[in-house]
Amino acid sequence: MEDIKDIEQRILEEVSKASDLKALDEIRVSAMGKKGEITEMMKTLGQMSADERIETAKKLNLLKSAVEEALSKRKDILENEALNAKLACEKIDVTLPCRPETQGRIHPVSKIYEEVAAIFGELGFEVAEGPSIEDQFHNFNALNMPLNHPARQMQDTFYIAHDKDKPFEMDDAYVVRTHTSGMQIRTMENKKPPIRIIAPGRTYRSDFDATHTPMFHQVEGLVIDKTTTLAHLKGCLYDFVKAFFELDDIPVRYRPSYFPFTEPSAEMDIGCLKTKTELKIGAGNDWLEILGCGMVHPNVLKAGGIDPDEYQGFAFGVGLDRLAMLKYGIPDLRTFFESDVRWMKNYGFAPLDFSSLTGGLSNNGGQLR
Amino acid sequence: MKLTLSWLKEHLDTTADLNTIVKTLTRIGLEVEEVYNPAENLKGFITARAENVTMHPDSDHLHVLTVNTGKEKLQVVCGAPNVKEGLIGIFAPVGTNIPCYNEVLKVGKIRGVESFGMMCSEKELCVGEDHTGIIELPQDTKIGLPASEVLNIDPVIEIAITPNRAECLGVRGVARDLAAAGLGTLKSLEIEKIKGTFESPIKVKVLCQDECPTYVGRYIKNVDNTRQTPKWMKDRLTAIGLRSISPLVDVTNYINYDLARPLHVFDADKIKGDITVRMCKENEHFVALDEKEYDLDTLSLGICDDEGIECLGGIMGGLSKGCSADTKNVFLECALFKPQCIARTGRKFAIESDSRYRSERWVDPKSNVLGSDYATQLITEICGGEVSEVMIEGDENAAPQVAYIRPSRMKTFVGMEVAQEKIIEILSRLGFKTSVEGDKIKAVSPSWRGDIECEQDLIEEVVRMIGLDEIEPQSMPHDQFPKQVLTPAQQRVVTVKHELALRGMYETVTWSFTSSKLADVFHKSNQTDVVLIANPISADLDEMRPSLLPNLLMGAKNNIAHGYANMSIFEVGPEFYGRHPKEETNVATGIRVGLTSDKDWSKTSRPFDVFDAKADALATIAAAKGPIDNPQITLDAPAYYHPGRSGTIRLGKNVLAYFGELHPSVLKKFGLKTRVVAFEVYLDNIPLPRATHDKSKKKLELSAFQPVVKDLAFVVDENVSAAAVLAAAKNADRNLITEVRLFDLYEGENLPQGKKSLAISVVFQPNEQTFTDKDIENLMNKVIVNVNKNTGGELRA
Repeated sequence: MEDIKDIEQRILEEVSKASDLKALDEIRVSAMGKKGEITEMMKTLGQMSADERIETAKKLNLLKSAVEEALSKRKDILENEALNAKLACEKIDVTLPCRPETQGRIHPVSKIYEEVAAIFGELGFEVAEGPSIEDQFHNFNALNMPLNHPARQMQDTFYIAHDKDKPFEMDDAYVVRTHTSGMQIRTMENKKPPIRIIAPGRTYRSDFDATHTPMFHQVEGLVIDKTTTLAHLKGCLYDFVKAFFELDDIPVRYRPSYFPFTEPSAEMDIGCLKTKTELKIGAGNDWLEILGCGMVHPNVLKAGGIDPDEYQGFAFGVGLDRLAMLKYGIPDLRTFFESDVRWMKNYGFAPLDFSSLTGGLSNNGGQLR
Repeated sequence: MKLTLSWLKEHLDTTADLNTIVKTLTRIGLEVEEVYNPAENLKGFITARAENVTMHPDSDHLHVLTVNTGKEKLQVVCGAPNVKEGLIGIFAPVGTNIPCYNEVLKVGKIRGVESFGMMCSEKELCVGEDHTGIIELPQDTKIGLPASEVLNIDPVIEIAITPNRAECLGVRGVARDLAAAGLGTLKSLEIEKIKGTFESPIKVKVLCQDECPTYVGRYIKNVDNTRQTPKWMKDRLTAIGLRSISPLVDVTNYINYDLARPLHVFDADKIKGDITVRMCKENEHFVALDEKEYDLDTLSLGICDDEGIECLGGIMGGLSKGCSADTKNVFLECALFKPQCIARTGRKFAIESDSRYRSERWVDPKSNVLGSDYATQLITEICGGEVSEVMIEGDENAAPQVAYIRPSRMKTFVGMEVAQEKIIEILSRLGFKTSVEGDKIKAVSPSWRGDIECEQDLIEEVVRMIGLDEIEPQSMPHDQFPKQVLTPAQQRVVTVKHELALRGMYETVTWSFTSSKLADVFHKSNQTDVVLIANPISADLDEMRPSLLPNLLMGAKNNIAHGYANMSIFEVGPEFYGRHPKEETNVATGIRVGLTSDKDWSKTSRPFDVFDAKADALATIAAAKGPIDNPQITLDAPAYYHPGRSGTIRLGKNVLAYFGELHPSVLKKFGLKTRVVAFEVYLDNIPLPRATHDKSKKKLELSAFQPVVKDLAFVVDENVSAAAVLAAAKNADRNLITEVRLFDLYEGENLPQGKKSLAISVVFQPNEQTFTDKDIENLMNKVIVNVNKNTGGELRA
């Protein structure tokens, strides 16, 4: 009879040579299955004398555990090899591009609206919006611009046509608003002082060239209370331009000007550097006109139902498109309204680009894709 | 308003240089738009002497000469008749840029003779009008000097004059303001009062004193209008862009710009009878100097003779009574007209003139006699003649404007203390007569200022002279914690834009106008008016848009033309359904065109279809916090959508949105050949969530028992909507069925004609205990029965 040691050596050798899981299982069955070699040997124990049985059983048990351990180790190895082979087959080229996705864009005018609202919101302003088609009272008369006022003719007004059966009479017609200033009156009609509002929106003038489009955007500002002064107007606008252009300081100057609805009136310039190729805000020796402003004219307060002897305040108007052009270096106003996807992709903003003074006004929507 | 430096100095005694003057003008509210200094164009031009002047061998008028610049001697061919031996003039060497032609001078060859430069005329250098010959400088002028040092160069300053500062539409007004700002002193106006020697044969009668409070007339006989306007006047007029016409016209233009004082000169021999100043008759005919014809009305003021209107007072003279070279006798008018009257007539009949521009703003009411005297002096100086006595209708004693200023208001209105004495000093310098009345200063306006009506106007004068930049800026007090800036309605517009951008769409902004030709198919049933613009800027922007779609489709067409065939663009903005204010509604409108992406290795690209538009519409409604759980979809989108591939999302009778493919016949109008899907979400129709302070979310209720998912397929008629099947299944048991999903749609083989199969997954969620097989069977039966009852659907075998 073959010595148990020899048997162990033979089986372990077979195990180590098993080339796959199937061969390994066959070895397990032939050794330890119901009719396996070791099983059969165990069966012979019963016929042995007590001493012999103890001795043999001990050897057989050692054999059994040695084979089991070898089978288990070999199985791990083979399983691992099989998995590696499978994974090797699954290899793909991960440098392939991703499935196409399109990241949309927010238009610069919408972006500037959000920035301006964020800044003035911090100063306690609310946002008021009004209609594009206006009556002449709100667009002109109430703003201290009676019918034959020269300033009224400087505005290149679009008029709404009458019904077909009625001859057109310019003075009776509704207009497409030439400025957002009418919102001063609409606000005063609906709200008691103290008033702090900005009114952004579409405005229209019959003018179309390199720097004018028949539609553009303005934001009107209006503050009315009992104590606001021209010095506050200057402070407010200075704080605004600093916050808007995200600069610690910015040179500003004010020039006396004229608007029928403010007195005194002024235009505000900001310092800049103009070269042939670039415009740098906040540095240099040139001035750039940025907005018109002034103390609300007493006639305007009266038209809005507010007593000018008791209340006072300021108003200003600034072009949203112009702000966008200056801040983001967009060269041509006309391109704002052309729906050119190449332009929108380049000058638009990421969908998650939200404006706040906590998270920043601009460029916080991640990389443009 | 343009003026030249020398013209300004005619009125202002100042040592200030051009730069200081320009800066001061802007600082006091006379914004300088441009300074044109001819010296800047004269680089390279030098003084030189003509020597060895001989006739050109091949010409009877050209000369050949040697030009001596002091450094070199050059051969030059010259065509000027006044060239002569020893003449000192301005020489342009080869390589200089000739301002008049804006061309660089090259070596020329004229009839076979080479020319190495050019002797220049005033006009060629843009320093004057003279082009009859070359410039002749005094004989003692050194040669080789830069031209800008020897020529009388007069920089031109262009100022934007605001409508309230009419007096600065005259050079004297500008000079006066500069003097008030401390930049020198205003010279007194030296006007000779010429005594008349006879009585004017033409009399004047003013029938409308309200519109014409003052009329000063004068007859001048035996003038010679063929004489030359003096060079100084011609040069000034030319410098500010006016053409010299004849001495009589030039004088009126000159005084208009010098004193902001409009005048008119009639050819007296053409006037029939006397002059009557009266309101025109309805439809009274008038042919103006600009040769346009007008049928005037009773609110227009006419200067008339026996033949009718000969001049539209303060606006424009008539063609038939104007001066010409033959004019021998003239009638000079210097009158005051009510600005409102001038403005109305000018506006109504759209007549623009320098005269109207001044008359409708403000003309000094005390300048009528003065203007008449000044014109008389200039006309007789240039054209000779004898003058009549002055006729004055009305008077110049209109009450001056009075306003009051409280010095305390400087602190409370401007935010800067200014002493009473300082205010008085500033106002006095500006010509106001001041007196202290209690806590106020009374300020009587000088006659040239028509714009001072209230305290704020006086405050502006003080602030303007002190300088706006002297006011210390003060930040706005904001002691309260700010509220939410945007209202919920405004904020959701922002959210909608970001949502659509996140969905891969580009936001655009297009005109609120569109072309009425393209817009007509987009009028909806609620359109009360077609909102046309009476004076459109162009024929294709003549209607306030009834929908945002036409402009977006034009955008698509243009992008396709640029080679971009796949695009998703949207706009949020107004569409107009009526011509009155507020008859507009805010709409989020988008289109998707072409493929979801360019072709790609992953083969995910596909054409956009109606479900993309539907998803956009629902996402937009959701972003606007509208109801989307059980969207009510009807099949009645407007006719510009595909009749079988579009829908309306409603809330009760309100339309929240339209979506669908656009009708091919609509696309054809835009020249679009590809399919376009679109959505329009009516943001104003989406109810705002009720304002509530309760921000807590709905409590999360989790069941301890596992849900059971069962699939069922139903065969229904092909016109039964999927929504109906899903709703019937969902409603079979409102408690235990939590979700129904459609996972397959099949039409075709193995199904009877006109039928389709819809396969759904139904999620049953037990609440109390795990479902038994019997429970599930019962629930499935409920679904089968309810679907059958509501849609006629049979369980598919």
